[in-house]
Amino acid sequence: MSIDYLEIQGLRVEFDGFVAVDGVDLTVMQGDLRFLIGPNGAGKTTLIDAITGLVPATGSAYYGTHNLLRRKSHEIARLGVCRTFQTAQVFEELSVLQNLDMAAGSGRKARTLLRRRRSVPDIVQEALETIALTDHADQGAGSLAHGQKQWLEIGMLLVQNAQVLLLDEPVAGMSAQEREDTGQLLRRIGQERTVIVVEHDMDFMRSFANSVTVLHAGKVLSEGTVAQVQADPQVQAVYLGHAGTEPVHVTDGADRSETVNKGRP
Amino acid sequence: MNILTERPNAGASRWAGAIPASVFVVLALALLVGAPQVLSSFRLSLLARFCCYAMVALGIGLAWGRGGMLTLGQGLFFGLGAYLMAMHLKLADAGQGQVPDFMLLYGDGKVPGWWEPFRSPILTLVAIPLVPGLVALILGLAVFKRRVKGAYFTILSQALAAAFAIFLVGQQTTTGGTNGLNGFRSFFGYALNDPVNKATLYYIAAATLLVMIAGMWFLYRSRYNELLIAVRDGEERVRFLGYDPANVKVFAYVVAAVLAGIGGALFVPIAGIISPADVGVLPSIGFLIGVAIGGRHTLLGPVLGTIGVAAAQNTLSESFPSFWTYFQGALFIVVVAFLPGGLAQLTGTLRRRRPASTASAAAHNPTPARESTG
Repeated sequence: MSIDYLEIQGLRVEFDGFVAVDGVDLTVMQGDLRFLIGPNGAGKTTLIDAITGLVPATGSAYYGTHNLLRRKSHEIARLGVCRTFQTAQVFEELSVLQNLDMAAGSGRKARTLLRRRRSVPDIVQEALETIALTDHADQGAGSLAHGQKQWLEIGMLLVQNAQVLLLDEPVAGMSAQEREDTGQLLRRIGQERTVIVVEHDMDFMRSFANSVTVLHAGKVLSEGTVAQVQADPQVQAVYLGHAGTEPVHVTDGADRSETVNKGRP
Repeated sequence: MNILTERPNAGASRWAGAIPASVFVVLALALLVGAPQVLSSFRLSLLARFCCYAMVALGIGLAWGRGGMLTLGQGLFFGLGAYLMAMHLKLADAGQGQVPDFMLLYGDGKVPGWWEPFRSPILTLVAIPLVPGLVALILGLAVFKRRVKGAYFTILSQALAAAFAIFLVGQQTTTGGTNGLNGFRSFFGYALNDPVNKATLYYIAAATLLVMIAGMWFLYRSRYNELLIAVRDGEERVRFLGYDPANVKVFAYVVAAVLAGIGGALFVPIAGIISPADVGVLPSIGFLIGVAIGGRHTLLGPVLGTIGVAAAQNTLSESFPSFWTYFQGALFIVVVAFLPGGLAQLTGTLRRRRPASTASAAAHNPTPARESTG
């Protein structure tokens, strides 16, 4: 795979006059593990929605030579730009294996689809091992533990042959050990891919982020390494509610009260 | 819908896989060997009709049970297949170049141009699956690509069936209007009043139904089945896996339409009539009741449910003419309220309870047993 990267320029999303994402520029290189943080309502998830065709947006979001903003969700997924959702969305009626096999099969011909699965595709077998669910392959996805469901979602991205992975709060509700494992997994799979993680868990971000982008009120507030971002007074202002150089935002109160809950257990 | 979440795992696909071939063989023997021996020719002809309804039900099981598309308009496709067949039978009865009787009576005594092709038996047989399939394809693409779903789709499908019936009523001279098409004398050269030919028609209907069930059995074991369930449970999520859910749904909708069309076509020589009353809103809802009662998630539930409900309707309405409607309504309410998975849910519950209890007994045995004694 050539070095393709995600390049977003002037991306803007507007809902009935409310500007959720306001001219975001963002470039994420292959091999980067980028964390996207910011208070609630900063536009993080909306940004991912826009890239994956869920909400209409203006501006541009290039992956390689393809502008993703003009495409339909399933076409974007086929280009290798894939995502997960805040609440793990796996198909609970189907087994782990069936979930993965389906994720691996968007390029299948109708004839293959209309037949039985005779053997487990290699890529699915590998993914089962990567996400440590080999022993649960035939188990219904609905009966998996919360953390395992989120792992299954990541596994589904892997078998989709995703080159750009957009993960929306992948460790929400996980135990400390599960977070650690997930972080290691993201590092491993991120080496030859582009990974963007939306996360509220600051400890998790400090441990695993290669680089960080802070969004606030739909705009990029700060970007850099974890240390650089943490040292940025503007970021401190948003996160700690320090009313210093910036004029006080009337709406900040709501944002701030929610940021208190950011490092949830 | 809570049955979907209640089931512990991989429910739907396991159900399809768990339908043993033996049940199919029993059904095949019952239909092809048992029924002709036991039933009078009148009852056999009724069963042949029910088999036609069951074909529609099988398709609804796919579209609704697996695909989540609650279609209240299968009468449209049933009617398309039926009217195509009826047109051919009328033309064949009239003879080469002649005009069907009702057209002489009500019309100007000329056969309209769009009737003419159906003088050909081969073309009619090709058109019977093709026309309902094409109509479903066009409708399906228009509806599902626009992401129309849920109740909106249901209402739309119902409205189409209603519109179709109203259209037929208005075309007295070309479709027979309210009377429909009837009085067929022969079926591809065989006299319809001959008891042997009547029995043969039953065998054709039963065998066609069995072939359809076998085909559906393969479909329920395919990857497509998993995909369809996924679209039902998480259409948006499937989109982000790189599939267009509309195509997945359209395929199931088209298959259901083709099955309904064939069912309608076979219904015509068996019942001897097709009229707007057989294809409109009420029959479209009627098709659904057997599916819901039998169990829409299973392969055989819709088939057995439909045959069972139709048989009960006939028996009960013979003895208590006004009673059936109430009974049907009550049965529907009971099933929807207490058995959302239909009667098939009962067998599933029994099957599940047994291994679960032995498993939990084994799990609890080692230590707690000692604790309770100590």
